[in-house]
Amino acid sequence: MTIHAQACAVPSTSSPDGVLRQRGQREVFCGLTGIVWLHRKIQDAFFLVVGSRTCAHLIQSAAGVMIFAEPRFATAIMEERDLAGLVDANDELDRIVAQLLARRPDIKLLFLVGSCPSEVIKLDLSRAALRLSQRFAPGVRVLNYSGSGIETTFTQGEDACLASLVPVLPVADRASGPSLLVVGALADVVEDQFRRIFVSLGIDQVAFLPPRRSSELPAIGLETRVLLAQPFLGDTARALEERGCRRIAAPFPLGGEGTALWLAAAADAFGVSRAHVDRTLAPLQARAERALARYRAQLAGRRVFLFPDSQIEIPLARFLAREIGMELVEVGTPYLHREHLASELKLLPQGVLLSEGQDVERQLDRCRAARPDLVVCGLGLANPLEAEGLTTKWSIELIFTPIQGFEQAGDLAELFARPLLRQTRLAV
Amino acid sequence: MQLSVWTYEGPPHIGAMRIATAMRDVHYVLHAPQGDTYADLLFTMIERRDRRPPVTYTTFQARDLGGDTADLLQSAVRAAYDRFQPQAMLVGASCTAELIQDDPGGLAQALKLPIPVIPLELPAYQRKENWGASETFYRIVRALAASSANGSPRRPREAGARPVCNLLGPTALGFRHRDDLAEVTRQVVELGIEINVVAPWNATPADLARLPQADFNIVLYPEIAATAAQWLQRQFGQPSTRTIPIGVTATREFIAEVAALAGVDASPVLARSESRLPWYSRSVDSTYLTGKRVFIFGDATHAVAAARVATQELGFEVVGLGTYAREFAREIREAAAIYGVEPVITDDYLEVEARVSELRPELVLGTQMERHIAKRLGIPCAVISAPCHVQDFPARYSPQMGFEGANVLFDTWVHPLMMGLEEHLLGMFREDHEFADHAPSHLGAAPARPSEAVRSAEPAAVAVSSAALSWATDAERELTKIPFFVRGKARRNTERFARERNVNLITLETLYDAKAHFGR
Repeated sequence: MTIHAQACAVPSTSSPDGVLRQRGQREVFCGLTGIVWLHRKIQDAFFLVVGSRTCAHLIQSAAGVMIFAEPRFATAIMEERDLAGLVDANDELDRIVAQLLARRPDIKLLFLVGSCPSEVIKLDLSRAALRLSQRFAPGVRVLNYSGSGIETTFTQGEDACLASLVPVLPVADRASGPSLLVVGALADVVEDQFRRIFVSLGIDQVAFLPPRRSSELPAIGLETRVLLAQPFLGDTARALEERGCRRIAAPFPLGGEGTALWLAAAADAFGVSRAHVDRTLAPLQARAERALARYRAQLAGRRVFLFPDSQIEIPLARFLAREIGMELVEVGTPYLHREHLASELKLLPQGVLLSEGQDVERQLDRCRAARPDLVVCGLGLANPLEAEGLTTKWSIELIFTPIQGFEQAGDLAELFARPLLRQTRLAV
Repeated sequence: MQLSVWTYEGPPHIGAMRIATAMRDVHYVLHAPQGDTYADLLFTMIERRDRRPPVTYTTFQARDLGGDTADLLQSAVRAAYDRFQPQAMLVGASCTAELIQDDPGGLAQALKLPIPVIPLELPAYQRKENWGASETFYRIVRALAASSANGSPRRPREAGARPVCNLLGPTALGFRHRDDLAEVTRQVVELGIEINVVAPWNATPADLARLPQADFNIVLYPEIAATAAQWLQRQFGQPSTRTIPIGVTATREFIAEVAALAGVDASPVLARSESRLPWYSRSVDSTYLTGKRVFIFGDATHAVAAARVATQELGFEVVGLGTYAREFAREIREAAAIYGVEPVITDDYLEVEARVSELRPELVLGTQMERHIAKRLGIPCAVISAPCHVQDFPARYSPQMGFEGANVLFDTWVHPLMMGLEEHLLGMFREDHEFADHAPSHLGAAPARPSEAVRSAEPAAVAVSSAALSWATDAERELTKIPFFVRGKARRNTERFARERNVNLITLETLYDAKAHFGR
């Protein structure tokens, strides 16, 4: 089949801020996908999607390559009779939750996860969660959030999940003084590193959201300062602010520079002296820079094109441009949260083409026309672009890999160097 | 609602995508919310295709629901036509779009594109993937083949002309469809039969229009192609094959059936074609496979075929047989009757898990989902049917069909079982610190021990089934000396024996009485 590419795509909306906004087919995941990593982070939680067979199929196609003796997610599949109103959807849901909890007595936290079908027919899962919480208290807490594609894109599922946790976080004892809450699921090893650094900076009261177990929910209050570890946490941040927590503005902890700025912003908020911050962070940042040097040699000057996927693209592009010396062709993001990304946008090189939203065919036209050295994109596009002779880095891996912090800066760069190195190695 | 831990089939629009992706010069416009593009990964990652599936999604979002989603669909159809210039277009809805009732087919036809536009009605809350594939294939065949021949009866083949057939069924994302097709094609060509059209695999709409020119149809996968083949029979008088060539005997029968339909002599081909399975299975190394208790589950075609191979060609005993495809329940019931087992017809993973757990087979032949069950219960497992994951789209030639397919089956099914010598030694010496009874050493890291949850759940399950039964300590200890893979069955048999005789305390004597009563 011949592809009749438009010679030169014209931005459909070029806004005064220079961000290209296009609407059309979006080649992205829905928020349900967040379950794939969240179920591993919160070990005693279970995720019950209320949706269709499509939703069930999505999750198992993503996670089902692993073989589970005891999976921690499932779908309550709506059937014809649920839609026709022949059965009360709430009774059905209660029955299924009872069945599930009988089978898995180890579950302490159950998320009812909304989907497109459940949102379209306006099934009230928040009331169901309340009702079921009462019924199964105190052993099991039942919460609800939406991971539907019509409302959430990929990592926004984590945002919605964490935001649903905020109302049930305990109230911090006022006497306990200021505390730091780091928000966003991080790899366990990264979390441990950050905790050690915060302690050496003199910030002792540090908690992480989400916790590893539902019994370890952090307490929050007016003295809680929030540090976002991920850029896609708009609703969670708002919910925390509504409970009186204050957000610390910072770039995100990707790369040596990003991590140093992120930690320094927290230290500033806690009144740690500049000198102590520099003394603590300088050797760590220097080590990160040593680790990056090797990859800088391989990647500097290479042109990279980022398709929208997770909202991590802008911090990533900042890292790739400033610390690795890559040239940015286009930086796509599914959603641009101007306030949370303000510190990042300031650090981006001038004149970078930012795009928010997607018309995938036209974006592919731009990508093909630019012939970048590396394309960061989802798995639906990666192999087809490789077959066209472009080198790709599949973007989902950036969510599944420890990439934050000083010690991972080299690993993060390596993720981008690897596909290019592979190109040079393969002789077939 | 149905609690679904794992689903055996995707929604019906995935079936439609499998047809569109298998074909060339077809485009599918799918009215679907943002996120449903995950389905592209099934093809680009699991099947490792090097092209994007020919699918345009409308990817509507919540804010679009207040506006004109119908307009969104029409502009997507028009843009897809302009860009891809297909020979024919499929238009349909996913489950969420079905709820908003935009009538995608009607809207697309209203655009009056200069190509056939085939509307798909796939009820996502009633039907599933295979039905969707079958319906889509039928609709597309009907739309494209009917117009070409105007429903006129097929002309009889001229004397001396080579017989001609179509090969129907292989799709994208089919379990070993690629290599089955190659294997069957080789067989058909050897018989001196010409292949007119293979569909939907790599067929164009123009190819489908030529379907009526064949003398008969070979249906490789009834789940996909039976409906279309029946229509072709009614419309053009083309008979179609019924035998599925999985296993040595079935392959021989298939060759005979095809030859009969084509009016050619099968004996030269039958004489020279052989599989290594019969000799491997007869060689003394395979004696220990005799009577291995196997549970079989999958789509009906593969499950029925596997049961026959397992019993007649490997000497296993089928203790359970089932399918998730209700459309093919009859085939499974008939086969289950042959083996004297209760058919398992369900798409409920938990029900399958309960049955496997109750039957305690020594081998599970199933789908990717049965691998989860087998891991939980610590039972060896091999995959015989979709749904499957990336490892079942191998680079190497690995058909299930034909004589080479039988070779593949032998290797695949025997591999997860503990090998003979190890099995003997474990039966004799039970305290070895390296060789544990649940872990065949040739697999390196072997099937996990049954998880804590299962082990702790096990006594409870027993207690429920046998309220008044208890085991004396020495009998319980003796039970652990029975090899792992038959221990579950020994426990069940002993308890059944005790219950039937109103024995409440199972002693060493009861254990051995039961063993004498039932045999191994």
